[in-house]
Amino acid sequence: MTAARAKLLAMPSRKSSALAIACVLVLAAISCARSKDDHRPAKGSSATTAPAAQRIVAIGGAVTETIYALGAGARVVAVDTSSGYPDATGALPKVGYQRTLAAEGILALEPDLVLASAEAGPPTTIAQLRSAGVRVELLPTIETVEGAAARIRSIGAVLGDRGAGDRLGDTVERDGNAARARAQAHPSATRVLFLYARGGGTMLVSGTGTGPAQMIALAGGVNAVTSWDGFRPLSAEAALAAAPDAILVPALGLASLGGIDGVVALPGLGDTPAGRARRVIAIDDLMLLGFGPRLPAAIDELSAALAGP
Amino acid sequence: MTARPVEVTVAPIVPIVPIVAARPIVAARPMVRLTPPRALLLLAVALVVVAIVALGVGAVKLSPGEVLAALGRRLGLELPWTVGAREELIVCSLRLPRIVLAMLVGAALAGAGAGMQGLVRNPLADPALVGVSNGAAFAAVAYIVVGHPLALALPSLAPWLLPAAAFVGAIVATGLAVSLARRDGRISPSSLILAGVGVASLAGAGVGLMLFVANDAQLRSVTFWTLGSLGGASWTLTGVVALPVGIALAMLFAQRDALDRLLLGEAEARHLGLEPERVTRRVVVAVALAVGAAVAACGVIAFVGLVVPHLVRGWLGPSHRWLLPASVLGGALLLVAGDTVARVIVAPAELPVGIVTALVGAPVLLVMVIRGEVAS
Repeated sequence: MTAARAKLLAMPSRKSSALAIACVLVLAAISCARSKDDHRPAKGSSATTAPAAQRIVAIGGAVTETIYALGAGARVVAVDTSSGYPDATGALPKVGYQRTLAAEGILALEPDLVLASAEAGPPTTIAQLRSAGVRVELLPTIETVEGAAARIRSIGAVLGDRGAGDRLGDTVERDGNAARARAQAHPSATRVLFLYARGGGTMLVSGTGTGPAQMIALAGGVNAVTSWDGFRPLSAEAALAAAPDAILVPALGLASLGGIDGVVALPGLGDTPAGRARRVIAIDDLMLLGFGPRLPAAIDELSAALAGP
Repeated sequence: MTARPVEVTVAPIVPIVPIVAARPIVAARPMVRLTPPRALLLLAVALVVVAIVALGVGAVKLSPGEVLAALGRRLGLELPWTVGAREELIVCSLRLPRIVLAMLVGAALAGAGAGMQGLVRNPLADPALVGVSNGAAFAAVAYIVVGHPLALALPSLAPWLLPAAAFVGAIVATGLAVSLARRDGRISPSSLILAGVGVASLAGAGVGLMLFVANDAQLRSVTFWTLGSLGGASWTLTGVVALPVGIALAMLFAQRDALDRLLLGEAEARHLGLEPERVTRRVVVAVALAVGAAVAACGVIAFVGLVVPHLVRGWLGPSHRWLLPASVLGGALLLVAGDTVARVIVAPAELPVGIVTALVGAPVLLVMVIRGEVAS
């Protein structure tokens, strides 16, 4: 209606615009015509009201990983770009980055469940999906062993397999606490600087209260940076002041920096104890930061790396 | 300019107007002169065609019959086709408001661009020149990064706070630029441009500062916001945007003769009984309203405001009587087409529409540079 107003401003007369609309309505039928075989198959299994979701869109790396770990991977029809584990996810359609999802793209996959991390959005898309009758479950990431276990149990319940969820959740909680106990029985007191370097320009260092800081603590290390909360861009002087013994990077970040040589060549890092000893620890991004089913393994791997030379 | 042969003047249009529109123009024989009213009609028809195509395509495959049935279902009409609530939602609540929003935003950006270019008598002026886009960007980024307490305090208004911040930022930045540019009650185009560039740089620095304190998640939100997206379209948002855009376009159109006279030069315009300050004030207010609303609704969308009026001027001549409405239609056309490409090209994901318009707009600008059309 208001578009019509904008158009009226522009149009020489109402008659011609009405005419244009009329003849183009006819064109419409032709313009977007497509062959019959392009049609979606008639709704089959997905329309039945089975208790367990059969077509799942998984959003968020750790959520996707958990669904696969619970044996429901075959029911996943699409994932977001942050879901890269296990390898089977590589063959699935990608619905884009988890914060900029598009409703129609997801609806086209005819999901009966969108299982997502709480970061998923924007909120309008979530609301649109829900109003289209799609069940959307958003699960927050709580960056503790107990939080990771609780999320796994929740995912099991949402998938309609409470037993599997509870079993895996209990295992992760038990193994995670055991790994933490092992790591903290011999605290290495290694000062660790976490460098988040995904892609060219942005080089962020973790302060307190972050997932990486939590992982360093679980693995018996010490976060070298305590003077700020959250992430800050790397500065040479702050790096020198932090005097880390080791630099921790997500594996993908290490590759984009040009390996260990690239890391120790960053401003300030070369002159820290870690830089002089070329002690750079790289751990798979999702395993280290996801707080998913591989949390115990991540704690073990990090604490081994911190204890080692 | 208008006297030039049609074949020569329409050439730069070809890359930007979809084939539907390009065919008849190129085929036009000298005896069928493309008068401005016919050009407007052509643009309007092309816009409607593209809008209908846009309604028919998307990640979800729907036949034309299903699209009509979905519309009919919403309107309560009996049609030979039947569809479910899902199809109705996709057509009537996702695609249609988004197409209308794209029309409004494209019209606002291109109309504001035409007005701005006329006001400062520089065909390469952009609404961004008076700081309006950067002001909006600064306010929006500031909201994303430090506005969380505000969202917690006003939970029911939370979805509207980001667009509101962007809109306020646009208006404040423009007001600042205009008041700084005023000397003894007069505003010269050059001082307006300089003040605008200054305010825009200041706002740009503010954006940089906000990015410095942003966390990783906020950085990503900011990046995607600055690339622009029409994905948040709803009927409510479209309605809210329509009001300022409608007012702004009406204000601009009311200044069409004044802008024409201003093209003669400020002194000459004064002799013709014009008060350039009034024109400046009104055009700038309209530009701030239009671009502020556009940026608030869908982030920064590049090039529509610059390229569309420039192309239209080469096609129809500099008279604002035709330039303004043709730019409005052309901007709507470009953005609906661009957004449709953004929706379908990487389905089930979406490209930010700003990437598509810049991908189309930048080459067009470069072609204009190569052909020497921007040298004067």
